[in-house]
Amino acid sequence: MMEWLSHAIMPLTIAYIVGFGFLSGRPVFHDFLDGAKDGMKTVAEIFPTLLGLMTAVGVLRASGFLDALGGWLTVPAGWLHIPAPLVPVTLVRMVSNSAAIGLVLDIFRQYGPDSQLGLTASVLMSCTETVFYCISIYFGSVKIKKTRYVLPGALLATAAGVAASIWLTSGLS
Amino acid sequence: MILIGVIWGTMNGSLDSVTQGVLDSAKDTVALGLTLLGVMSFWCGVLKVGERAGLIDWLSGKLGPLLDFLFPGLGRTHPARRPIAVNIVANILGLGMAATPAGLEAMKAMAEDCEPQAGSGGAASNAMCTFLILNISSLQLIPINMIAYRSQYGSAAPTAVLGPALAATACSTLAAVVFCKVMELWTMRRRRAGR
Repeated sequence: MMEWLSHAIMPLTIAYIVGFGFLSGRPVFHDFLDGAKDGMKTVAEIFPTLLGLMTAVGVLRASGFLDALGGWLTVPAGWLHIPAPLVPVTLVRMVSNSAAIGLVLDIFRQYGPDSQLGLTASVLMSCTETVFYCISIYFGSVKIKKTRYVLPGALLATAAGVAASIWLTSGLS
Repeated sequence: MILIGVIWGTMNGSLDSVTQGVLDSAKDTVALGLTLLGVMSFWCGVLKVGERAGLIDWLSGKLGPLLDFLFPGLGRTHPARRPIAVNIVANILGLGMAATPAGLEAMKAMAEDCEPQAGSGGAASNAMCTFLILNISSLQLIPINMIAYRSQYGSAAPTAVLGPALAATACSTLAAVVFCKVMELWTMRRRRAGR
């Protein structure tokens, strides 16, 4: 049931919106085209921001800095009861979704998805977001430079998510 | 970030992989941009259909009290309210790709408020901060893709994470809301003290 629902939610939402449009007698395809044009414009606007950010992250990862940072943080993370393999996941999660998924799949392969680590990693991925990616896309699109308290707030929310996922899955496996 | 990367690469003699990193991520960005172009355009189209059919007005009406609480700076008729409502609902349903276009639209509408106060030098408003932090705190109820990955890797109970994920998401979102409210109060008090 759950699996079916998770696969069905996207098509159902689309069908619902389009069906609603038909029933209220709108020229649905015409409306769709107008929206799609706006969408293309938006992507063109955020692309340079995206390029800059992705390249910077790529450089940081390729230089091995993130791995080193993960290594340094392992000891303080231990004090907070964060398992060592989750440190890089948490770090990478904040900059790139696909890279973080890659790391989590490594954990699944190595420890199994039903292991303590596998469970914690799954929950961690579900309750956190790509902090830096979001900030640069959203603020980049409207040319905001002073982000004020967004970063501390975002990091706090992420920390709360990480803490909750470790605490909630302890003793679950 | 680029500077840290290059300096670190020089120190560790991994500059060749840094070069490769630049080229690879530039290439990846184009691939991501193309995906984004397709999916975003499609969702913007679908959302426009919903908007013109009045579905989105209905939705933002339903979410009215919640929006009043989260964004006291945005009045009932503010143009950002509708895209914010869409963004929140799309996030909750896990339609991330539908949430982004609505989110960007909401940002644009909120940024227009900032224009009159020239000299603010592109500073984010309280509403913008709240909105972004809320987005980052993750609102998704069902972690669809994680469940899919788990079953792909032979989990005996792929959906076992549903409960904890829901609770953890609630924790991070709660932390985000409390933080935003505290900051809002704090900036208000400071502004009053300044005048």
